[in-house]
Amino acid sequence: MVKETKNIICIGCPMGCPLTVEIEDGKIKSITGYTCKRGEEYAKKEVTNPRRTVTSIVPVVAGELDMVSVKTKTDIPKNKIKDCMLALKNLKVDAPIDIGDVIIENVCETGVPIIATKAVKRR
Amino acid sequence: MINHDIVIIGGGPAGLAAAISCYENGNQDIIILERDNSLGGILNQCIHNGFGLHTFKEELTGPEYAARYVAKVQSLGIDYRLNTMVIDISKDKVVSSINETDGLMQIQAKAIILTMGCRERSRGALNIPGYRPAGIFSAGTAQRYVNIEGYMPGRQIVILGSGDIGLIMARRLTLEGALVKMVCEIMPYSGGLKRNIVQCLDDYNIPLRLNHTVTKIFGKERVTGVMVSEVDAFRQPIPSTEEYVECDTLLLSVGLIPENELSRKAEVAINQKTQGPEVDESLSTSIPGIFAAGNVLHVHDLVDYVSMEAALAGKNAVKYVQDLLKTGLSIVIESKNGVRYTVPGTINPDNAEDITVVRFRTSDVYRDAYLSVYLDDERVMHLKKRILTPGEMEQIVIPKKWFAERPNLKKITIMVEKE
Repeated sequence: MVKETKNIICIGCPMGCPLTVEIEDGKIKSITGYTCKRGEEYAKKEVTNPRRTVTSIVPVVAGELDMVSVKTKTDIPKNKIKDCMLALKNLKVDAPIDIGDVIIENVCETGVPIIATKAVKRR
Repeated sequence: MINHDIVIIGGGPAGLAAAISCYENGNQDIIILERDNSLGGILNQCIHNGFGLHTFKEELTGPEYAARYVAKVQSLGIDYRLNTMVIDISKDKVVSSINETDGLMQIQAKAIILTMGCRERSRGALNIPGYRPAGIFSAGTAQRYVNIEGYMPGRQIVILGSGDIGLIMARRLTLEGALVKMVCEIMPYSGGLKRNIVQCLDDYNIPLRLNHTVTKIFGKERVTGVMVSEVDAFRQPIPSTEEYVECDTLLLSVGLIPENELSRKAEVAINQKTQGPEVDESLSTSIPGIFAAGNVLHVHDLVDYVSMEAALAGKNAVKYVQDLLKTGLSIVIESKNGVRYTVPGTINPDNAEDITVVRFRTSDVYRDAYLSVYLDDERVMHLKKRILTPGEMEQIVIPKKWFAERPNLKKITIMVEKE
């Protein structure tokens, strides 16, 4: 039996309740420290499937701006953030670019595309 | 001299929302003057997400939020000038500005909306001893370098102050390969949003040192390190706690100050607590016909509230031009017992909307306390709050019927109460 304890801080509101999640063999055994329903749900999600939206920039060739801002279209697993940043490294895109244009189709096999969040006209 | 009904100073989120509101409330003779080379203001460099949850019910990045307002302004055909620096506003509402094509431009306005935003508190305001080496940046300047220009400000970074921009930059610089050694916060609590503490610091194991500050900066040509000290209850550094931290860059995220040089030139009265103009329910300043909204008025946490506030200022500027804003006796809003200030500071019941939103911040952290509203001596609102913190703006809503029911009302008091 593998036991694990995870301590996280709830982001549901400014209270920032410290939550403790006990995990046994990959299953949540108990959640303590929350003071509302939202906290309990946050803890469950954060322990079983933490996800984040990643945002960065990519250099633009022949654009009115030198950099275009980008994001993962939806959130991706937290443990893929670093790989996602590596996938963006050394990448360049040509102007013009519109908001929503796909920069990388399926980043790090997450099934999520990276899209532009800014329009850049051609210089 | 050029004439326009309404001149809007600044094309950031507040200016854009104010302009759209003016147009939609029936006045199309508007011009926005923006000093940068694009509309959208500081949102253009805030590439992280989390904007627009209230306005659009979805999470957008800063540039996406700005783009929606810019597209609206452009589709309505609202006039704007970029690269245009406003250098003076007179109290009779002449706006002087300069740019490369128009040269000096003087506009006689009927109404002006101040939406200049805020700027960051700088090193000079902190009195940290040391030389003046390269490598000391405000967090927002670093944000511009990284996100707009594509340059890294440094490799080993200490951040002083835990404001949201500092937290966001801790994550951003880490993702770009820098080592963020710590974030020091002189207060016992962070001024940033909880979500940013978790997702920008905890996610990357960046330590947040509460009750700590930077007491010396080392390096002559370039920053080589900083001295970090713990502070006592009076926020004085404790000498025995000094710790040398090697770094090549110090970012400052130590507060934002509304940018009111132009307002002062027009002799608009400034509130000492907010450093923004004194305004009434219509967001009119002390000079009739000059309105203010957004971070120039008081520093907000969420852009959604900036947009809402600016829309109200736009609506009232239109009313002012139509001579529909009443003058007369106003009810004073007094802030006390932990309520640091309120915006607005007065309400004229004749001009009040069905509800007046009063925004404010508390001066300290309060747990399990009550927010109370008194009309003269009568307590009419008593809201239990599990937490109140200076880092999060609060608001209460005052219905217009309260005024009709109490024709002799003199004062509204908003305060924090223990029970």
